[in-house]
Amino acid sequence: MTHSPERSAALSDRNARTVTDDAPVISMIGTRAMLFEAPGAFTMAHQRRIWALIDAAGQRSDVQELIPGVTNLMLVFSVPPEDPDQVSAWLRHAWETLPERHIEGRLFEIGVRYGGELGEDLHRVAEHAGMTPREVISIHHGNDYTVCAIGSAPGFGYLHGLDPRIATPRKSVPSLHMLAGTVTIGGMQAGISALTGPNGWNSIGFTEITLFDPLTESPALFAIGDRIRFRPERIEL
Amino acid sequence: MITVLETAPLNTVQDAGRPGYRNLGVGVSGVMDLPAFQAGNILLENQPDDACIELQTFPFLLRFDAPVSFAVTGIDADIELDGRLLLPWSAATAAAGQTLRIGLPRTGARGYICFAGGIDVPVILGSRSTQLRGGFGGLSGRFLEAGDTLCTGDGGASCTGYAALPASVALRNENDPASPSVVTLRFIPATDYLLFTEESRALFRSCEWKITPQSNRVGYRLSGDALRLETPVELRSYGIVPGIVQVPPAGQPIVQMADANTAGGYPRIATVIEADLWRLAQARIGSRIRFQECNYEESVAAMRPVGAWLDNLRLMVSRYRQSVFRRESVQTRGKK
Repeated sequence: MTHSPERSAALSDRNARTVTDDAPVISMIGTRAMLFEAPGAFTMAHQRRIWALIDAAGQRSDVQELIPGVTNLMLVFSVPPEDPDQVSAWLRHAWETLPERHIEGRLFEIGVRYGGELGEDLHRVAEHAGMTPREVISIHHGNDYTVCAIGSAPGFGYLHGLDPRIATPRKSVPSLHMLAGTVTIGGMQAGISALTGPNGWNSIGFTEITLFDPLTESPALFAIGDRIRFRPERIEL
Repeated sequence: MITVLETAPLNTVQDAGRPGYRNLGVGVSGVMDLPAFQAGNILLENQPDDACIELQTFPFLLRFDAPVSFAVTGIDADIELDGRLLLPWSAATAAAGQTLRIGLPRTGARGYICFAGGIDVPVILGSRSTQLRGGFGGLSGRFLEAGDTLCTGDGGASCTGYAALPASVALRNENDPASPSVVTLRFIPATDYLLFTEESRALFRSCEWKITPQSNRVGYRLSGDALRLETPVELRSYGIVPGIVQVPPAGQPIVQMADANTAGGYPRIATVIEADLWRLAQARIGSRIRFQECNYEESVAAMRPVGAWLDNLRLMVSRYRQSVFRRESVQTRGKK
């Protein structure tokens, strides 16, 4: 190891998060991972800069894996970096200088059966929003969504574009057996559940879709930058 | 080939894991105790990524349908080949028809049965590990069941009869307190460390945390005094790696492990260093752990004894086997 105690002190100081509005937060997660968190709000502009960072970080020979999050990016190194401060300085510089990366994603039109047994939280969302279930549905499919990141479960896409009027906090008691393909709202995020199992997001509908198939060449159906357009197939109130 | 004769749920086929697909939401999986798995493969002169059976529930009984060398590492338990006791962490050879029984561990929580040539299941997304959540990898993406058959390599009648020094002896943490029932895990403060109250940070380091029954390959849920944030935070989803310690609103920490989701949203207080993750993997439900802070250099340096122990073992195994093969070839020539 070549780096001095002073340098590592600087890094652990950075792990001591200082919350500012304009500076990214960079912290070591153990010895082989580094988390970069963008400052500011969850906007597509910020997410596009994270995408630019993915491109640049992917060129680094010390990076084994990149885990994009929502306005953040985790770098997993093949071996612990000799000098973590050098990597974080590189990240800061890249963040400040790289232009937004626009991805010309594919457009998926997804037919949804809104409400009913498989969208049983529709009424909860409507109540929280102070509107009728029908209004929630029309707002939900009223605009397109963008896949910001894939994560949590195989093939699950975090979607940006939810109208704040129907944002609804996660449930305190999760559904124990939510089916894969359930159309959901979790806080400000929207999604389609990728696996059947426990889920704390609010179910508002269902779609027949396979989001992940490990045996195909590109196992995840969605990729970052793809756009999703929901289309009501049936409404059960 | 081997046939599983008796098993409870939770036992799976695993290898060193499936890195490279977390950007698609696929967690790494792989063995919980990497050094024990590596030692098992070294004992058999296997490839480093040859797959094994990870045992979490006991007893486990299998039948060898063809001769093969094997090693059981990770735990100290009654390991019987046709009723004859074998040393844990040793290489042995079974004849066709013999049965291997592995009883309840005396120490440790996870055992590894490695076979010469490894277990041959399809490689999916670069690994043979079982991805339980996704339902793929390993044997059909599920736990092993009685009646399952698995193909092993063709590493038949190679020489055996030697053993490794168990990790718990070779890699004893000098900082462990006198009481052997408390495992010390070193950690590096993580992103949100300073968002916790000073009292909570002190508590995190001083408390003896109990491992709750809700602990498994996904994560270890701990119980102790509740940890509190200075003010509540709403975090956006971020990437997870094994070792990261999250604190949900109730204040009881969770250490994420091999089958963790690839993303999460709870505040992160710490990361258990890589060199100590196997200690947690071998800590049993109901036992206690203590967190000890260390810096980056220390946590990188902590990997060296693990590497040295494995390097030593590799050298020992290779010398021993060479000398045996030489002796055998001399004897064969002498007979002619």
